[in-house]
Amino acid sequence: MSLVNIDNVHKYYGDNHVLKGVDLKIKAGEVISIIGRSGSGKSTLLRCINGLESYDKGGITVDQMEVTSDEEQIRKLSKSVGMVFQSFNLFPHLTVSQNITLAPKLVRKVSAEEADTLALQVLEKVGLKDKASSYPQELSGGQQQRVAIARSLAMQPKVLLCDEITSALDPELVGDVLNVLEELAAEGMTLVLVTHEMNFARDVGDRVIFMHQGKIWESGDAKEVFAAPKTPELQKFIDAVL
Amino acid sequence: MNEFTNWDIFQALILAARWTVVLSLIAFLGGASVGLLLTFLQISSRTALVRIARFYVELFQGTPLLMQLFLVFFGLSLLGIDVSPWTAAALALTLFSSAFLSEIWRGCIESLPKGQWEASRCLGLSYFEIMRHIILPQALKVAVAPTVGFSVQIVKGTALASIIGFVELTKAGTMLNNATFEPFKVFGMVALIYFLLCYPLSVASRHLERKLNVTG
Repeated sequence: MSLVNIDNVHKYYGDNHVLKGVDLKIKAGEVISIIGRSGSGKSTLLRCINGLESYDKGGITVDQMEVTSDEEQIRKLSKSVGMVFQSFNLFPHLTVSQNITLAPKLVRKVSAEEADTLALQVLEKVGLKDKASSYPQELSGGQQQRVAIARSLAMQPKVLLCDEITSALDPELVGDVLNVLEELAAEGMTLVLVTHEMNFARDVGDRVIFMHQGKIWESGDAKEVFAAPKTPELQKFIDAVL
Repeated sequence: MNEFTNWDIFQALILAARWTVVLSLIAFLGGASVGLLLTFLQISSRTALVRIARFYVELFQGTPLLMQLFLVFFGLSLLGIDVSPWTAAALALTLFSSAFLSEIWRGCIESLPKGQWEASRCLGLSYFEIMRHIILPQALKVAVAPTVGFSVQIVKGTALASIIGFVELTKAGTMLNNATFEPFKVFGMVALIYFLLCYPLSVASRHLERKLNVTG
């Protein structure tokens, strides 16, 4: 049984048909990169996986739970699906440690001490153990994004969704964030990345999904897809970005 | 005819200014309570509640405070409800300030990036947890300065209550002017007392704005 099951999902924004029947199965431990032009529906698809966006037709299940936009269901899903954003979205009024411990304490009912230990564990994983008591604005963009990853990991999700998480970073900071992802992948975390980092998608990803006009246009083994695109649309896209 | 010394006039005005202060406090506290409720209605996801709150806010923002005072004072009397100038002034100022305060606070809440909500939802926080731990603490910081700033408008707004016969600072000034025929002196003092009440609030508002903006 796949960890994530996306079955013929359609979504409309008014008259705009943004997802036109997407089917995708993701196995536990897989690293999937979703690539495509802006407006191809890739971010929307990602945001449907944890209920941040609703969909109009079809079905999505994660960890055998149906994904809906219902608050209770999203709360349950949050224990299985984590998400990291392009703009970090750390809570600026809380310290790094408080950013990380808030949800485990409230949602998973972890004790304050356990949560603190957990925070140090996940911070160590992203190499920022010494920043526990800093505020987000005291950190660089790359560090903030690593804290955001740590915050998601503290909920111990089975799959981590990453929405263009390096796009807002200065080029020299991108590497640190990608290294963290690579380590997570090596540890067996299921990752779904919407990304413009083609090298990363090719070298670390297991599978690449190319989205075009709201559909999965082409998909397959990461290295093969980049080496021999089957559709002219993907060829054009690769030529443009590489 | 009695002779009034400057000190007599000033003393009488200061005594009357008590009621300006008390009325301002009531209007602020009443306005804040109703305003808070309206704020939550305005940001709720129920369209009907949002509409009701929007209508209320537009109504009281879009009509002069003086008309609101008249309508409460004379209107309720017409309906057979006897209202004292006190009640009418407190009620009208509460209605007026609640509309403005709720608009200020709605703006503060909506000025926070949408990503704060999204990240919180992804972490599984409920609406109330998001409000309590993420949105309100941040919105409060943004709201303090404009809220204190608006309290200046409330203090000055209480002057209108003089027209329905409520004896506060402005009304006392009018009465003393009628007795002394020295409008420049009397209203000069009235203005000075208003300034002494409002200036510290303005300074506090600016100070808070600077202070709260330093740390995220």
